[in-house]
Amino acid sequence: MNGPSQASYSRYHPKWYRRPVSVWWWLESWRFTKFVLRELTSVAVGFFALELLLEIRALGRGPEAYARFLARLGNPLLIVLNLLAFVFVLFHSITWFNLAPKAMQVRLRGRRVPDSAIAGANYAAWVVITAALAWMLLR
Amino acid sequence: MPNTVTLSVARYRPEEESEPTFREYEVPFRKDWAVLDALNYIKDKLDGSLSFRWSCRMGVCGSCGMMVNGYPKLTCATFLADYLPGPIRVEPMRYFPVVRDLVVDISDFMRKLRKVKPWVVRQREKPLGEGEYLQTPEQLDRYRQFSMCINCTLCYAACPVYGLEPSFIGPAAIALAQRYNRDSRDEGAMDRMGILSEHDGMWQCTFVGECTKACPKHVDPAGAIQQYKLAGVAHWFRQLLPRAAK
Repeated sequence: MNGPSQASYSRYHPKWYRRPVSVWWWLESWRFTKFVLRELTSVAVGFFALELLLEIRALGRGPEAYARFLARLGNPLLIVLNLLAFVFVLFHSITWFNLAPKAMQVRLRGRRVPDSAIAGANYAAWVVITAALAWMLLR
Repeated sequence: MPNTVTLSVARYRPEEESEPTFREYEVPFRKDWAVLDALNYIKDKLDGSLSFRWSCRMGVCGSCGMMVNGYPKLTCATFLADYLPGPIRVEPMRYFPVVRDLVVDISDFMRKLRKVKPWVVRQREKPLGEGEYLQTPEQLDRYRQFSMCINCTLCYAACPVYGLEPSFIGPAAIALAQRYNRDSRDEGAMDRMGILSEHDGMWQCTFVGECTKACPKHVDPAGAIQQYKLAGVAHWFRQLLPRAAK
């Protein structure tokens, strides 16, 4: 812990003031709030992962089990939850791709690849993989 | 353009009070004045008891960091004209203990900076007779951005992780460690890796990114930290390999 220096003249040592950090610190500015929302998207990602696992389990148990699973997903509450989770996961992906160039500094032929190129490459890969998956699943 | 502008300045006199208070001062408005000029006017003409740090008044020494309207700024580089009509709130830098008025104690940062060995570490010092260390412009470019740090600690005032967990080593210390890690003359990367891989090292960072926004010299400490995390993970994986494969 950071604390006052070990001054031997502590009788005259000034009384330092430490402003307490409020538990609502993340509401003080929109950037802080956006950060906390970004971190909370992990809950939405976990929700989708759990849903996927349950779907695979239902698939493994046979067609009636899978049909029951799909029927449960049709519940309006679950539809709303899924839509909300989808919005959060979109936010998660967009913030992730935009931040990726900060973590990966690529140098080609001695010059730094610009941030927009790295983020752009991530988005392009996203579109390509989504298109490939859509073609495979919907044809 | 108004004639005057009001500054609402935090005052804290430990011998008189137990908590900071605000005092309003009306200073002349000049369109080329920075907040630092206003503070010096207050000290010269209105209230000589006001305490604050400053030195170069041109944004290279890092002494005059304070919170202006709740955001960490170098007061010599923050202009009154951008904050009209006022009042402009000036407070000491956040997350550091306040000694008096606008003066904070940054010895916590100094201690952490020393821990990361911010100098060129050599296994063997090159004797003078062997000549200088040669470095190409590409090699310089690898660490140049991180070398711009002026130790102003605005990034610490901006970092909510440092505010919530004061044991966090902090953005500037990690950025400066990276500055030396990426310097071709340095051989101390493993020394620093041990210190920064601790619980309060780079892993406390959750990439809020406020440090980069607050940095007046565009050092991008957030980028430095994330790159260091990647290097840390790569190092950890390499350690798992058997000796022959390394």
